[in-house]
Amino acid sequence: MSFVYEKLMGGKKGLIGFIILAALILVIFPLFLDSFRLNLVGKYLTYAFAAVSLVLLWGYGGILSLGQGIFFGLGGYAMAMFLKLEASSPENTAIQSTPGIPDFMDWNQITELPWFWEPFTSFTFTVLAVLIIPAAFAYLIGAAMFKRRVGGVYFAIITQVIAVILTVLIVGQQGLTGGINGITDLRTLNGWDITSDSAKNIFYFVNCILLLAVILASRVILTSKFGRILLAVRDKEDRVRFSGYDVANFKIFVFCFAAMISAIGGAMFTLQVGFMSPSFVGIVPSIEMVIFAAVGGRMSLIGAVYGTLLINFGKTTFSESFPEMWLFLIGGLFIAVVMLFPNGLAGLWDDYGHHITHKLRFITKGVSKLIPQSMLRKVEDTRS
Amino acid sequence: MDGYTSSELVSIFAMQGFAGISLFSVLLLMALGLAIIFGQMGVINMAHGEFMAVGAYTTYFMATLTETYFPAFMPYYFVLAIVVAFFVSGLLGYLAEFALIRHLYKRPLDTLLATWGLSLIMQQSFRSLFGAREVSPTLPEWLLGSYQPTEMIDIPLNGMFVLGLTTIVTLGVYYLMFKSRWGLRVRATTQNRVMSDAVGINTKKVDRYTFALGCGIAGIAGAAFTTIASTGPTTGTLYIVDTFMVVVFGGAASLFGTIASAFSIAQAQSILEFFISGSMAKVYTLLALVLILMFKPEGLFASKVRR
Repeated sequence: MSFVYEKLMGGKKGLIGFIILAALILVIFPLFLDSFRLNLVGKYLTYAFAAVSLVLLWGYGGILSLGQGIFFGLGGYAMAMFLKLEASSPENTAIQSTPGIPDFMDWNQITELPWFWEPFTSFTFTVLAVLIIPAAFAYLIGAAMFKRRVGGVYFAIITQVIAVILTVLIVGQQGLTGGINGITDLRTLNGWDITSDSAKNIFYFVNCILLLAVILASRVILTSKFGRILLAVRDKEDRVRFSGYDVANFKIFVFCFAAMISAIGGAMFTLQVGFMSPSFVGIVPSIEMVIFAAVGGRMSLIGAVYGTLLINFGKTTFSESFPEMWLFLIGGLFIAVVMLFPNGLAGLWDDYGHHITHKLRFITKGVSKLIPQSMLRKVEDTRS
Repeated sequence: MDGYTSSELVSIFAMQGFAGISLFSVLLLMALGLAIIFGQMGVINMAHGEFMAVGAYTTYFMATLTETYFPAFMPYYFVLAIVVAFFVSGLLGYLAEFALIRHLYKRPLDTLLATWGLSLIMQQSFRSLFGAREVSPTLPEWLLGSYQPTEMIDIPLNGMFVLGLTTIVTLGVYYLMFKSRWGLRVRATTQNRVMSDAVGINTKKVDRYTFALGCGIAGIAGAAFTTIASTGPTTGTLYIVDTFMVVVFGGAASLFGTIASAFSIAQAQSILEFFISGSMAKVYTLLALVLILMFKPEGLFASKVRR
């Protein structure tokens, strides 16, 4: 009981925050939003995976990755490749000169399915690939960088360059990857129509539950001894190294874990939105993911989700009505977050939240009257 | 490389080499500013590309102004435009350092984000002021045309001009950094900030002027850039990653390293571009750089600096 309460939920404050978030995305949004808007929120929540991963990586690990789009993209592309192969069965693509291969390959005079597409006919392989390929790639980058003690701005720049390389590669190899348009026209998952409203609703809930699970898993990691060491590495790397820890391994692990989380987000993005393109891989989306985490609070897993939702709602609203203002606004936000409130929304809540909770005290008082005192005491007992 | 005779190959290398020199010049001018700032303050300026665009737009503005009001001055305006571009970008850099960067020296990763925000604001300002379309100034006649030493080799004059400009700026930076009192103070601050403070160097002032100088050189890069391509609101972002690579690959704070790495990156990309598509040339160049940096993270010519 105390394990669940302290480690998984992060104490009373963490539990309340988690329940509010779960209620918001699992109950309130589905009740009050129409199908189109709900799908939009679902799309935003896939970015939240990347934002949560950056809280782990940047907020707690002090490693700024400007390339989370790489892993978001790898996850998304793996899923898109599977769906595309299913969509381009020989019957569906009978009008092509080579039936049975994706349409963009046919347009680019490719007559045979490339070798790295072959395994993606299997759903099991695809799910494993979504999890393992990004983590393995992150391991390669991480091992090469952290073992040689490359960190800080150097690491940020190198991840950014890798994001550029991947984007240029995807755009340039049009016949193999679908080029700038990405992989589009994804319709079915194992014969099940993913474009229908009911399928989109189901994906929304699957996405929410995965996101909540990822938050819990991250919290377990952060409250464990590993999390303590990670924090110590962020603040005084040399001292941790002199205490006998192999600092690089801790960094590599958290980088791989963050990559895996982002990739899950990417795969869910493909399922909900129905396409994947290089515009979710490069520098701009990667750095936007950082700002989601920064606005939400780089030290708050739950805050990152709110940050993502807030910025994306803002982006959609503004780019519909005043597209010119949006860049000024987001640029200003970058500067303001860094200069004025470096702990984001979560930090603001910590500083000023008690005024609000003080005003709303009558609610908590009312609730506590409803719960028998004996039950509350029981919780206290198990904690001690 | 089959199918080319040896004399053809020589011509191809020569032509692509000269094409690479234009790229080299712009990259070097950009990287000089970035390297000075990064080497001294450990600050990565993500808005550096936008300071280049400021220089390019200033040149465009000067060209339009001259064309409308003093057509007789057309052959000479470009030289003036370079100077004005330097001062406009430098002044903006000075202001950015004063308002933004100086508060963040202790948090280099945050500077990266703040300057990215600055770059977004600057991009949108360009779009609001000059429109979303790419613009290019009317160049004076003496910059157009080309020089043909043999029938197969064709060297554009603007490339030669930009190379000359880059040489002058590089020599200027060398003189400033290694021969002047001011450069002495900059190098002292780079090597040991606390001791420099202790011996009476106003390191905050040094920081501000160094940042302004770096941005000013980016402005010159922008003026040079207008001779080889047209300028749009997002021009700066296209070059910023390459410039970072030049700085990191060359080893920060090493003037010679910056020159060598700008040259090798520009030439590799330019010569590869002839044989494979432009995008793959870029992929291979960047990939090679990332791999080299994995084995030699401090860059080619790292200077020994105590932090």
